[in-house]
Amino acid sequence: MNPLVLLAGVFAYLSLLTFGGGMAAFPELKLLVVEVHQWLTFPQLVQLYSVGQAAPGPNMMVVAAIGERVGGPLGALISVVAFLLPTSLLTFGIGRLWARLEAWPWRHAIQRGLAPVSIGLVLAGSISLARGAITGWPAATIAVGVFAILLSTRINPALLVLGGALIGLFAFRAA
Amino acid sequence: MNQPPPDAAPPARVSLPDIFGTFLLIGATSFGGGVVAYLRSALVGRRRWLDDDGFVEVLSISQTLPGLNAANVAILVGDRLRGLPGAVAAVTGICLPGALVMFAAGVAFGMHAERSFAKPMLHGVAAAAVGLVTAVTVQIGRKSLQRLGDLAFVALTVIGVSVLHWPIPYVLPVVGALAIWWHRPTRAAAPVSS
Repeated sequence: MNPLVLLAGVFAYLSLLTFGGGMAAFPELKLLVVEVHQWLTFPQLVQLYSVGQAAPGPNMMVVAAIGERVGGPLGALISVVAFLLPTSLLTFGIGRLWARLEAWPWRHAIQRGLAPVSIGLVLAGSISLARGAITGWPAATIAVGVFAILLSTRINPALLVLGGALIGLFAFRAA
Repeated sequence: MNQPPPDAAPPARVSLPDIFGTFLLIGATSFGGGVVAYLRSALVGRRRWLDDDGFVEVLSISQTLPGLNAANVAILVGDRLRGLPGAVAAVTGICLPGALVMFAAGVAFGMHAERSFAKPMLHGVAAAAVGLVTAVTVQIGRKSLQRLGDLAFVALTVIGVSVLHWPIPYVLPVVGALAIWWHRPTRAAAPVSS
């Protein structure tokens, strides 16, 4: 099948799984990009995804990088649009209904119920990412260090990602 | 059905280039994943397009629905300001800078990923990203989980996806339905059973 059509299908599907944020779809992203379509190796996906954490804006623009690798500029464009369109239409529609749903008692239940599931999905995404990124003690130390610093200070996370790059340059040189 | 959407009439008519430019600036400067904080300071603070309550409402819709939280906020705020064109301008603006950066990253990755300096640096970035994503999740969880029972649904989801490797399209509706049922509306007078 035409790879551009595949890209559109894969990212439109993935977008519907992003409850709680892009990270929630990471395990399924890995399955489709690495195992099913073999567009990238798992280490490549982990690296590109992680670079995306240092980019500005919403944190899943890594789909542009994956689209570029598979189909050049057009692949990137199609991937981003496919990834944004389904959920954007849904949000637009529900946003207009929201005020009317105020009186509907289940609205609150859905909101409260989906919150822990979203967090679970994002955590599962982190675990999937960690399986690719945490290869030994040096990597684990960087991850725990970033985690602890972020929870105890108000430092800009992008600086920590850059710090990780610099430490990596020395820690993983021989690897 | 034929009554107009109950808009809380925004202060003045905002132009589309103004919406696009504002979200483009947020999209270009919100480094480090905390884009929601940037949105809040721009939309509630500088531009006063929303008040605090309005922002909390928009954010809670965005977090409940699938989609990137920042993109969903952009759509809802754009729609409130200028309807569909406003929503399109806002979401395009907030996503464009990051998408361009990551497009360039894809090109560079193809050219340089095998260089001796790139691999160890990317390895360090990936390790840092794990810490970052986990920390952000913990921060959100602290705010949004209100009952101890919620932790059980977090755990069920993680076990289903990460340990049992069940596909997300199965785990999400099953655990989601259980969690919604757990939070189901109760009649004010009804005794709490089991």
